Amino acid sequence: MQWETVIGLEIHVQLSTQTKIFSGSSTQFGAEPNTQANEVDLALPGILPVVNEQAVAKAVAFGLAIDAEIGKKSFFERKNYFYPDLPKGYQTTQLEAPVVGPGHVEITLDNGETKSIRIHHAHLEEDAGKSLHEDFHGMTGIDLNRAGTPLIEVVTEPDMRSAEEAVAFAKKLHSIVTAIGIGDGDMSQGSMRFDVNISVRPKGQEEYGTRTETKNLNSFKFMEEAIEMEVERQIDLIEDGGKVRQETRLYNGDKKTARAMRSKEEANDYRYFPCPDLLPIILDDDYIEAIRATLPELPDAKEKRFMADYGLPQYDASVLAASAAMADYFEQTVKVCGDAKLAANWCMGELSKFLNQQELDISACPIPPENFGQLLARIKDDTISGKIAKQVFQAMAEGEGSADEIIEAKGLKQVTDTGAIEAMVDEIIAANQAQFEELKGGKDKLMGFFVGQVMKISKGQANPGQVNQILKKKISE
Amino acid sequence: MENKTLKQLSAGLASGEFSSTELTRHYLDKIKQHDGTYNAYITVTEEQALAAAKQADEQIAAGNAGDLTGLPIAYKDLFCTQGVRTSCGSKILDNFVSPYESTATDNLNKAGMVMLGKTNLDEFAMGSSTESSYYGATRNPWDTDAVPGGSSGGSAVAVAADLAPVSLGTDTGGSIRQPAAFCGITGLKPTYGRVSRWGMVAYGSSLDQAGPMAQNAEDAAMIMNALAGFDAKDSTSMDKPVDNYLADLNKPIKGLKIGLPKEFFGDSLDDGIRAAVMDAVKQLEAQGAIVKEISLPRTELAIPAYYIIAPAEASTNLSRFDGVRYGYRCEDPQDLADMYIRSRSEGFGAEVKRRILVGTYALSAGYYDAYYRKAQQLRRMIKQDFQAALADVDVIAGPTTPSPAWKIGAKNQDPVAMYLEDIYTLSVNLAGLPGISVPCGMKDGLPVGLQIIGDYFSEAKLLNIGHQFQQATDWHTRKPTVGGNS
Amino acid sequence: MSLDRSQVESVAQLARLKIDEAEMPDYLNSLNSILDLVDKMQAVDTTGIEPLANPLDAAQRLRADVVTETNKREQLQANAPATEDGLFLVPKVIE
Repeated sequence: MQWETVIGLEIHVQLSTQTKIFSGSSTQFGAEPNTQANEVDLALPGILPVVNEQAVAKAVAFGLAIDAEIGKKSFFERKNYFYPDLPKGYQTTQLEAPVVGPGHVEITLDNGETKSIRIHHAHLEEDAGKSLHEDFHGMTGIDLNRAGTPLIEVVTEPDMRSAEEAVAFAKKLHSIVTAIGIGDGDMSQGSMRFDVNISVRPKGQEEYGTRTETKNLNSFKFMEEAIEMEVERQIDLIEDGGKVRQETRLYNGDKKTARAMRSKEEANDYRYFPCPDLLPIILDDDYIEAIRATLPELPDAKEKRFMADYGLPQYDASVLAASAAMADYFEQTVKVCGDAKLAANWCMGELSKFLNQQELDISACPIPPENFGQLLARIKDDTISGKIAKQVFQAMAEGEGSADEIIEAKGLKQVTDTGAIEAMVDEIIAANQAQFEELKGGKDKLMGFFVGQVMKISKGQANPGQVNQILKKKISE
Repeated sequence: MENKTLKQLSAGLASGEFSSTELTRHYLDKIKQHDGTYNAYITVTEEQALAAAKQADEQIAAGNAGDLTGLPIAYKDLFCTQGVRTSCGSKILDNFVSPYESTATDNLNKAGMVMLGKTNLDEFAMGSSTESSYYGATRNPWDTDAVPGGSSGGSAVAVAADLAPVSLGTDTGGSIRQPAAFCGITGLKPTYGRVSRWGMVAYGSSLDQAGPMAQNAEDAAMIMNALAGFDAKDSTSMDKPVDNYLADLNKPIKGLKIGLPKEFFGDSLDDGIRAAVMDAVKQLEAQGAIVKEISLPRTELAIPAYYIIAPAEASTNLSRFDGVRYGYRCEDPQDLADMYIRSRSEGFGAEVKRRILVGTYALSAGYYDAYYRKAQQLRRMIKQDFQAALADVDVIAGPTTPSPAWKIGAKNQDPVAMYLEDIYTLSVNLAGLPGISVPCGMKDGLPVGLQIIGDYFSEAKLLNIGHQFQQATDWHTRKPTVGGNS
Repeated sequence: MSLDRSQVESVAQLARLKIDEAEMPDYLNSLNSILDLVDKMQAVDTTGIEPLANPLDAAQRLRADVVTETNKREQLQANAPATEDGLFLVPKVIE
């Protein structure tokens, strides 16, 4: 039977505010346990929440970035359940009237096809603390530093039909979040957490199959693997006469395994109701427009502009536009070197390779874009070859100075003086008289040998084009 | 120093007749002597009180004392007080020492008041008799076999028995006004949002409000001047200018339009109370007020609406008592589920558990619309009834309670019987309006309260009417015999 | 509407409470009389009435995003039943 996969995502995005959503405690990552949890975060008796204005502003910015309706009157509700890392015994969240209503995100697939993924809504809520299961004499330790960190939970419609689509969407959402600066998007620290709802159905069937939820996938690679594994599991299960059970599953990316979470004894009944400690958030058009005015260029618009202004192919434009920091770096590089395609190739090639190796974000790149642009300018004006440029790049990365300084210090300037090249060509011909006669006799294969020898004695600095030209002249003499 | 009003004590301190330390010792001694009979206090903070009194005396000597500097006060044990046990009358918080101060008590402490201790209450303020406290029942000084009302029974008794010149209570469905009525004192529930709820342990968050419990309206006004005000830490606190509550006390009430809701004078009203309240109304008329009958048609519906909304909010407000971060944790929990269930089941008393169950049920899937949503719709209708009535009259008057204080044990086995006693006070909390109860008579040796309800933020007017009434009557000056049954 | 024993048990489980066998008859009785009382609401037509969540119908104020809190862990954990290395300890959580 032909099966169709149906995928919907729920994404928790930590908002990069200074303080928590309902208290003035710091949200900085990595502090000693419970040192950033005050009486509000600990849910002491008698405490009350007050909403952080930046949490609201960032949620609205997100809504505008996905072309969503903004809730002009949204309110918080209590979602009631007991868990040790949930201090109040309820999560303050939104259900009936979220701050961000329906919107959409466009994705581009590898085959160039585009697709619009509908966003059901996005709501503001507070994060929970962390349970540490290392052994404390058989007990669990609770750290509430993260409790109360502002989140938006983005909920998609079940619009994705493959792991590829889901990952393309996840990457796109990530690029939007980082472009508008509402979150750092660091998946390894849990700043952005993806839960994937997966079901399968016979192709052509309207009705959805029973879905499972796979939680907290902390890289795009794990997401792709987990989806493929789960789809296969569900299809095998059904084809063997079984039934998919609605359950929450945990994927282990290191072991490449997944398992169902211990099913709760009773069905959850969260007893949502409007939080009486908080009043409705009323937003007017002026407020919304003021936030719209602060929005930077979004990845989609940037991609189009890169294609139009720089003549980049769509692939290059979309890769560069996906990260606001990379896009900025690219644009500053172009300003200096004046060749967009060269800059794009180098940003996506050598630079990205280096950053990946060093596990650095572009924002932490040790080479300023001005220097990087200068390096590319030297390729363009034939001062150095592309091969030498890679050598210069390494030296720049190691902090040896600017491109020009390194070229100068190491004497890497390309030899373009015809006389000097001709002298080298003559030297090689004199040393390889017999082969030269064969070359003259029509054995063209030897051309490469002669060019190579000249490049070798020039330490790679001779302009290969000129070497070729002069050799041809010698042959025809 | 015996049986003096707050105002008189303030004058005594100012004139140097006695010091704050002497005054504080006087009350501490009286508490030691008599509170065994009444059980008004859960915790007496002698050491802190004497330290605060000493500081107040220094301030008075230095000439920078305010009206309230050096005056003792008792706080309901529902207010978080830094470094002092804050029990809420519950075993679950028996060992809880608050690491922070509520805004209400902080405001009064900053005004120089001296905390004598924390007063008894129905567990988590859930009750109308102060019998459900983990620390035992509080007794009414007018008849020690009778309840003092609740939930702020300890605060009411402390003032009525002169174990404190004034106290602070909280009112979710009548918990200031009803014990004030039962104990013959003056109690004001301000408009919702007038006094900060920060640090006041929540029962029904959209209903709770703190207010003064005093010997008379003037003393209550003195407290309100320090107590009321905007607090950025409470999202439901209103950023509105605060009146000087003493300024209008002496304004004549000539021409004041008073509405008497016919639903407040139905069959369930005790005849003695009806008579006392009608006498009080005649007194106000004699002082120039114009009285007319009005209707608050959903008065009876306030009971079901309240007994859904308050337990629903309470059921989730009390989820934080889970034995994880503070409070009672059961012995040797087998696992996490066992810890939750036993800590909570052993830590909460029967009425609290009952209200948690009702509230949980009312919010649960399939029942939300029929209960919680319906109750909140009724709430709007009740508010609209008040607004319509207050468009026509300045204030609404009637009895605070349908009957006088009942005997201890008479109703605590029958929750519904007790809930019905709240009929005249609940609707005021549902609407968020201010209300005051002033003593207006006696029924079989027990005090009767007159309730006056005003429009939003009209506390100054309510205190003015109370004060004018008390200028012409002496019910508020009558004191029970302290030290034995009357 | 009225509650039977198993409903009371499941509501109690949601609220993490346990009602002892001996107390059950009393709870059943009092809870059902409370439900009888609140069911009087059902007679009122509330069609089209917007629920009132807050008596003043006011709007939420927003707080500036500025850190106001310092580390108070020692003070705040003084009331804790069990702590270690700054963590609150609870019986093992199994996912």
